[in-house]
Amino acid sequence: MTSLGPYASFIVTSYALVAATVLILIGWIALDYRHQKERLRELEASGVTRRSGRQATEI
Amino acid sequence: MTLIDLANPSKFLALTARALPWLAGATAILLLVGCYQAVMAPDDYQQGATVKIMFIHVPNAWLSMFVWGVMSVAALGTLVWRHPLADVAAKAAAPIGAAFTFLALVTGSLWGRPMWGTYWEWDARLTSVLILFLMYLGLMALWRAVEDPSRAARAAAVLTLVGAINLPIIKFSVDWWNTLHQPSSVLRMGGPSLDKAFLIPLLVMAVGFSLLFMTLHLAAMRNEILRRRVRSLQMMQASQQAA
Amino acid sequence: MTPLAALIRRDIKIALRVGGGALIGVLFFLTVTVLMPFAIGPDLPLLARLGPAILWLGALLASLLTLDRLFTADHEDGSLDLIVMGRTPLELACAAKALAHWLAAGVPLIAATPVLGLLLNLDAAATSAVALTLLVGTPALTFTGMIGAALAVTLHRGGLLLAVLVLPLSIPVLIFGVAASQAAIAGPLSFGTPFSILCALSLVSFVVGPFAAAASLRHGLD
Repeated sequence: MTSLGPYASFIVTSYALVAATVLILIGWIALDYRHQKERLRELEASGVTRRSGRQATEI
Repeated sequence: MTLIDLANPSKFLALTARALPWLAGATAILLLVGCYQAVMAPDDYQQGATVKIMFIHVPNAWLSMFVWGVMSVAALGTLVWRHPLADVAAKAAAPIGAAFTFLALVTGSLWGRPMWGTYWEWDARLTSVLILFLMYLGLMALWRAVEDPSRAARAAAVLTLVGAINLPIIKFSVDWWNTLHQPSSVLRMGGPSLDKAFLIPLLVMAVGFSLLFMTLHLAAMRNEILRRRVRSLQMMQASQQAA
Repeated sequence: MTPLAALIRRDIKIALRVGGGALIGVLFFLTVTVLMPFAIGPDLPLLARLGPAILWLGALLASLLTLDRLFTADHEDGSLDLIVMGRTPLELACAAKALAHWLAAGVPLIAATPVLGLLLNLDAAATSAVALTLLVGTPALTFTGMIGAALAVTLHRGGLLLAVLVLPLSIPVLIFGVAASQAAIAGPLSFGTPFSILCALSLVSFVVGPFAAAASLRHGLD
């Protein structure tokens, strides 16, 4: 590990912030995906079908 | 497979399902390699170790502009070709672009504290990125203001294109304003002659972050398509119940 | 009388009539300018130095305030649909509406500038420089603001959304407007450079504004 000099805290903070923001983005998108899938399953269970006749959760 | 085939959401979803794992894997590998190289990179004689912030700052700054470009292409797709996927692409890109712009601002400011002695310098580049960030937020506010997605898409498309015309003008004005008000003695980042020891990690990081954007964008587009399917199914359900 | 001239006449009449609201913009401009010394302090040299910036900010906010009315009233009473469906090109109709709006709401702001300049301890030369830059710059504010007004009316949202969308776009006008007035007052820059860029910005907005507003109305109204 190379030494980061007198400004190590700034470097570490910026990398940590980028990592945190990217993780939040990933988490938000993944949660959103699960949420939409969940709602599609509920709709499917209630008997609604798409115009194409396919199941709601089917691709 | 042509662009018109992708207008069919099912085909697009099938393609996304196949492409996403590969994209995500490539992104993870490139970003890990980039981080490793960034750690191993030598210190800059002027900036010291803080040059390491550049390896994440520059890709984010470049993406902040690139994403607006992607949205402008999508806006043309909405207004000119009425491509159904263009709406979805534009809407999904906005929050991701805003996040990258935010990161560019924050990392720039964290780099500025040791280099300039202040968190915020009314430097021309930082100021333009701040305005870009405000425009991203305005665009997101526009998307959220309207219930009907296709209506919001057309309004957002007009705003995106106006922004694309205006952003170079704003950049030019801010540059002009900055040279008027500021002694240009502040340390400029980068510079024309970039050493190979810095260039390679920077390129790896830039490609990695671009892949990250593609991955997130595809995943967000998939969410948006599902959200629209939920919406139309709910409307069908409501009309069936009413009948 | 051509349809465009009729449209301009009608819009000006409506704006200046009781309940039209064009003159409220001037009142707002006056109030904002009067508020400034309370925030900064009654220091006359400082006010003279900040004067052009204060006047420009006041004019910017005042023109933003009245923009809401550009399309809303017409949308409510249905005449906007007639304009969209009419035989006159929508881009020209939008430009005519913006011109009328500027004549009714922008020109009074410029007329009020000398009085407000007195309050801010600006001398005659400085006041006329600010008034001249406002004369050239406020059309750009109206024509870019029209895009936001058109978006807001198609979305049935006005007010804050309009401000958030329009203000970042008007930054260049603000920069060069204030820079030109400062250059005329204190130097060291020549007045010509920022002033001609300000003119260029106005000309660009004459092209972009009507097209973008017309596109937004055409795609957005149902």
